[in-house]
Amino acid sequence: MPTTYYIVLSFVLFLIGTAGVLVRRNALIALMGIELQLNGGNLAMLAFSRELGDLKGHVFAFFIIALAAAEAAVGLAILVALFRGRQTVNLDEATLLKR
Amino acid sequence: MTFNLRLIPLLPFLGAAILMLFGRKWKRDTVLLVAAGAIAGSCLVAVDAFFTALPAAASKGGLHDVVGTWMAAGSLKIDLALRLDALSGLLCLIITFIGFLIHIYSSGYMEHDPDYPRFFAYLNLFCGAMLVLVLGDSLPVMFIGWEGVGLCSYLLIGFWYSSSANADAGKKAFITNRIGDLGFLIGMFLLYQFTGSLNIPEITAAASGGGALMQTLFPGTIFAAPVAFWAALFLFIGATGKSAQIPLYVWLPDAMAGPTPVSALIHAATMVTAGVYMVARMHALYLLTPGAMAIVACVGALTALFAAIIGFAQNDFKKVLAYSTISQLGFMFAGVGTANFGAGVFHLFTHAFFKAGLFLCAGSVMHAMGGSGDITIMGGLRKKLPFTHGVFLVCWLAICGVPFFSGFFSKDSIISGAFGTEIFGEGLLWVGKAVGVVLMLAALGTAFYMSRLYFLVFTGSETRASDEIKHHIHESPGAMVGPLVVLAVGAALGGFIGLPGGLLDHPEWNLLADRLAPVLGPEMEVSRSIELGFMVASVVLALGGIGLAYLFYGGGYREPSRKFAAAAPRFVRLVQDKFRIDELYGLLIIRPIKRLAKGVFFVVDRILIDKILVEGSGAIVGVLARMARAVQGGDVQRYMAVFAIGAAGIVYLATRPSVPDVLKVTVSGLSVDVDARRGSKPASRVQDYSFDFDDDGKPEVTGAAPAAHHAYPRAGTYTVRVQVKDPNWGTSTSLKQKVEVR
Repeated sequence: MPTTYYIVLSFVLFLIGTAGVLVRRNALIALMGIELQLNGGNLAMLAFSRELGDLKGHVFAFFIIALAAAEAAVGLAILVALFRGRQTVNLDEATLLKR
Repeated sequence: MTFNLRLIPLLPFLGAAILMLFGRKWKRDTVLLVAAGAIAGSCLVAVDAFFTALPAAASKGGLHDVVGTWMAAGSLKIDLALRLDALSGLLCLIITFIGFLIHIYSSGYMEHDPDYPRFFAYLNLFCGAMLVLVLGDSLPVMFIGWEGVGLCSYLLIGFWYSSSANADAGKKAFITNRIGDLGFLIGMFLLYQFTGSLNIPEITAAASGGGALMQTLFPGTIFAAPVAFWAALFLFIGATGKSAQIPLYVWLPDAMAGPTPVSALIHAATMVTAGVYMVARMHALYLLTPGAMAIVACVGALTALFAAIIGFAQNDFKKVLAYSTISQLGFMFAGVGTANFGAGVFHLFTHAFFKAGLFLCAGSVMHAMGGSGDITIMGGLRKKLPFTHGVFLVCWLAICGVPFFSGFFSKDSIISGAFGTEIFGEGLLWVGKAVGVVLMLAALGTAFYMSRLYFLVFTGSETRASDEIKHHIHESPGAMVGPLVVLAVGAALGGFIGLPGGLLDHPEWNLLADRLAPVLGPEMEVSRSIELGFMVASVVLALGGIGLAYLFYGGGYREPSRKFAAAAPRFVRLVQDKFRIDELYGLLIIRPIKRLAKGVFFVVDRILIDKILVEGSGAIVGVLARMARAVQGGDVQRYMAVFAIGAAGIVYLATRPSVPDVLKVTVSGLSVDVDARRGSKPASRVQDYSFDFDDDGKPEVTGAAPAAHHAYPRAGTYTVRVQVKDPNWGTSTSLKQKVEVR
């Protein structure tokens, strides 16, 4: 299969993730969108890595997976804190940055 | 010939500076010593220059002193230069001598004033500025003095500034003068434009040649007239402001709000004669243009008569003298306007003495009357103020033109000159005669109002004031009487320097004309019959005016004056109200200007500046801020969206091919070189270029090279299109440009 297919798929994944982050009001779903974006990136990494015959892309994909795990942990922690403070996980109501 | 002329104005300037800096701490005697010393020193230098150094240099343009270059820009070079010839020298003598007397007088008059040092500082400053005015060798230097005396006049009119009437009078004088000054400036600009110089000797030389100054300005319109006419007219507008002539005379009566010595020095003897001096100084220019001369003469004559008539009904001592000054200045302008420059300057000289004397008498009388200048409550002061009365008597006879007093000679030479003048050619022949007739009427009026003043103030057995004031009446101190007596001597004998020598077959007896001849040209020739005839006529008029006034006012208000007032009450009121010229100006000029100012204030200030510029720019910032605030909503997702858009933008821009804004095309003959590099540095990334030199879709040159060469088969206009592709990103941009090969 040509690399282009993988790249297109990864771009579509990234776009879906981005749309999720921008559009969904539920913080949990937004976090899932971020996860999707990261995985879109991962897929691109792997595709190029295979195309170029270079293992660096694979190594980077592992890093990104580790980073995604950390990000999920921190993100969920923030989410819990947010819920404790405001009794909601709706992002529209989390506007504390304004102040 | 050079002479240290700068000392003459410098000494009073120095005196003023010292008094302004230290005067407040000094005793009055010290202040007087500095002020009077400065002016006395300047007087001595002027005397030395005039009597010892000038005679040798008189025919070579007088004494000259260049202090330095004031400004030099292109062809314009103005030296801070002073020149003393017979004309400016005479003025210097008048200014410093009478200035000195008035300093002495003021020491008595202002004795109890808390602002004594300030007064003398201003007085010195005025003398310095006035000396610069007369000594200035170029119009701009003269203009420094011209503005300087205006400033001092303003400062001294409003000297007692705590009363708003005085401050208003000062403002009125200043603003009215500014209107005239604009004319003076325009005249200066015209002269510079057409003669290329502002130096008075050079302008005089240019005027003698005619040439440039005789070009017609505004040809084909009703304003078509030689440059000389317009320049002379605009300069004369300046003179009407400074010298209180119709239509700008209105400030002078109000200027009487200042201390009386100021009225004597500035508003009678010196500053107000600056206009006459200026016309005499620029006589070469005026001689070119009989039309402007006619205007000067007519304005002068009309002012002389008009102000004399207003003088009939004024009840304030100084107001009468103010209108008298306006009227006498009118005489001077009529003199210089009929090309009788010597006579105008002669009258300036005699007037300086008798009018300063009259004003100082007014000060002395008002001093005695507890500050009141109301002549209706005076009367019978002859015995109570013997010295003042004596001086007033002499000056009165001088201004009326009673034979052998100074005013007789000078006024007579102006009137006979008006009838005898030959300056007006075809079409303007009537001007001389008309001016002469009006001046004779004005002379009659002068005799009448001055005699009215004399009779009402000094004659009669009873003073019409309250007992309290009557009890207070006393002769003034020696410091005031002394200068008065000196001025009276001048007023009595001053005329003998300008004896009508031609009449007595001894032209050399006319010392003044003799002296002025190198500057102003020879004395005007007037036939003996004319001169003698008008001499007799003017004596008859003077005596007639005095007699009429005696009938009306001898010894106080008499029956005929009451009858006249009862017979024509409206006319009397009109004259008392000064023909309501102030009100007319208020209606025609001041009110529209105020309206305009209000309108401009509303449109420009309130709407344009306040609303549009100030609040408008605020509102724009507000709108921008609201837009920025919408982005900064605190909503994470919105930040995220902005971030995403920004990132997309960066990616888009970064993947465009790197191209210049405009193709660099060099044409040589039929071949062109096209360079599509951005900047001078080599491109940092590999790009594909395809050059299509005739825009036919088939590129002539392709490859990675950013520049290409092409030779066209024939001349013409071609469109060069360059397609730049980035092979990594697959993006492309095309540039095109028109090329013309020949």
